[in-house]
Amino acid sequence: MTTLQKTPGAAESRASRESRESPENPEATDTRGTHGSPDSPDSPRTAEAAPRRRSTATPLTAGLLAALLLLALLSAGTGAYGIPLGDVLSSVQHRIGLGGHALDRTAESVLWNIRLPRVVLAVLVGASLGCAGALMQGVFGNPLAEPGVIGISSGAAVGAVGAVVLGLTFLGNWTVSVCAFAGGLVTVLLVYAMSRSGGRTEVVTLILTGIAVTAFAGALIGLFLFFADDAQISQITFWQLGSLAQATWPKVLAVLPCALVGLAVAPFHARRLDLLALGERPARHLGVDVERLRIALILVVALLTAAAVAVSGIVTFVGLVVPHVLRMANGPGHRFLIPGSALGGAVALTAGDLAARTIAAPAELPLGVLTALIGSPFFFWLLRRTRRKQGGWA
Amino acid sequence: MIRAVLGRGGLRGRTRTLPVPVPAGGLVAEVVGARIALGRRPVLDGAGLTVRAGEVLALAGPNGAGKSTLLGVLAGDLVPDAGEVRIGDRPVGAWTAPELALRRAVLPQAAALSFPFPVADVVRMGRAPWAGTDREDEDEAAVAEAMAAAEVTGFAARPFLALSGGERARVALARVLAQRTGLLLLDEPTAALDLRHQELVLRLCRERAAAGAAVVVVLHDLGLAAAHADRVAIVHGGRVAADGPPSEVLDEELLGRVYRQPVEVFPHPRTGVPLVVPKRTVPGA
Repeated sequence: MTTLQKTPGAAESRASRESRESPENPEATDTRGTHGSPDSPDSPRTAEAAPRRRSTATPLTAGLLAALLLLALLSAGTGAYGIPLGDVLSSVQHRIGLGGHALDRTAESVLWNIRLPRVVLAVLVGASLGCAGALMQGVFGNPLAEPGVIGISSGAAVGAVGAVVLGLTFLGNWTVSVCAFAGGLVTVLLVYAMSRSGGRTEVVTLILTGIAVTAFAGALIGLFLFFADDAQISQITFWQLGSLAQATWPKVLAVLPCALVGLAVAPFHARRLDLLALGERPARHLGVDVERLRIALILVVALLTAAAVAVSGIVTFVGLVVPHVLRMANGPGHRFLIPGSALGGAVALTAGDLAARTIAAPAELPLGVLTALIGSPFFFWLLRRTRRKQGGWA
Repeated sequence: MIRAVLGRGGLRGRTRTLPVPVPAGGLVAEVVGARIALGRRPVLDGAGLTVRAGEVLALAGPNGAGKSTLLGVLAGDLVPDAGEVRIGDRPVGAWTAPELALRRAVLPQAAALSFPFPVADVVRMGRAPWAGTDREDEDEAAVAEAMAAAEVTGFAARPFLALSGGERARVALARVLAQRTGLLLLDEPTAALDLRHQELVLRLCRERAAAGAAVVVVLHDLGLAAAHADRVAIVHGGRVAADGPPSEVLDEELLGRVYRQPVEVFPHPRTGVPLVVPKRTVPGA
């Protein structure tokens, strides 16, 4: 299973041409000489049988990690109260006991109570959404699938809206988030249970059930809105637009276990997802217990997405676009795609949140609006490009 | 549930029993009295079949006779309402999916792929069942050999989705060959292929049989079946209407009745292999 994410030879020549043309990109030039990246321990025999490209997975991962680090630092330092990058670094160093020095009280407080929880939350939510998107597309064998397809977002919205309108406060500030999480999870389980028959679920039945349940959820939301007063309506609208403005360390801690469990479990299913691309029956012929794989991954997706949506509201397009971009860059192999999409999602959302905070400063754009605003034209352009190049959707 | 989430027992179950080779002529798989109904229409109605090692068995018959369904039953995809299906020494349902994958490979009628994997990766997927076993070491050799045999090495790096129908069919065949199982179930492997590659595929079937595998192949071309199969089973109305060496089964009366089309069967002038041709009148004669 060493070389599942190789992409075609045409891409190979393109990639190497690009790396030659961009000497300022150390990762790209570096890998041209190193054949033994973790993803391509090709034996000479393989090379004879199938001349393949060197993997772009390593430079891509390094690039994404570097981008994430840079964006996180930038985001931590940027805002109404500017903190130079050097100060951010030294304060972080100081806190983890690696030298550095503490900043003055205001700066220290802004950095640690406002900026950093927000940055960390953006990373967690983005990683969850990106990873969930890649899993969803793999499970459904359809590049257009996203977690919303099986009713997670609409279920979470019903939970959140219901909590607001019914004035539930049994868990204090947490009520809306907890209700959103529960709503998303319950909806997914309901969709799954309703589309199952005779121990099997067909993808089409699952998607159609998802559509029906989403429509029902839409009606419930409409009903709640009808009975809501103005203050509640604005609170609901704000939640639906998506934002990380309410980030606190406790919220980070609340998402952390769900995100970590999901992100840790997902890569173990990568190889089976590759096989699932052949179709359900061929995958079963190759030893995959398709039904079990699907249950497991839908649970993981539900956990990741419900947790993310509960704290951030509805943030669209990250789960759809990020896996697409990575599939184009490094091929469809899930061994890279799943962790890569988590990383890519984190980068996208950190950048998105930074932009949402700074573009219209001192006002703050809703994050979900921004991702959809940038995401949809970008996605459209991607689709056109893919279609032209490959003669099909992929 | 937790085990399902963690993915144990999928491809790396520790309790898998590895297959033991069956000597030539030994029973590899068997269907007895299989009955399946789709709605109220019986698709299989008491079909029976024995599959032996070292033998190419061709399934032929008119459209809708139940050939693919019989193959699906043999593969463990379809559970018959009545009857018994065995692969190796157990009922097919007693094997787990990973264990079955070590014992039989299946070539579906249409080869689909949801994501643009390159050809080499598609063929390599055929090795997935052996991950974590001693025979994992054969992986690269098996892939290279299968790709050479199906003549797809030349486009190893191209995306599968960019290939023509016939090329895709050969790649799918290479994947099935790479799986290196003792039982091969091929559903119309020659349907999309040109003359040369039809012959190639059936030659491959014979080679695998000679190497000890059991090969079951659904064929529409009775001439191909006559030339390459050790045994032909004619499926008709959900049953096996005839089962035996081509020279016995390919009978004018039987074929005429089953296909509702009069045919002529005569020996090839050089090889003596039966040729099956629909009875035609020459226009103007």
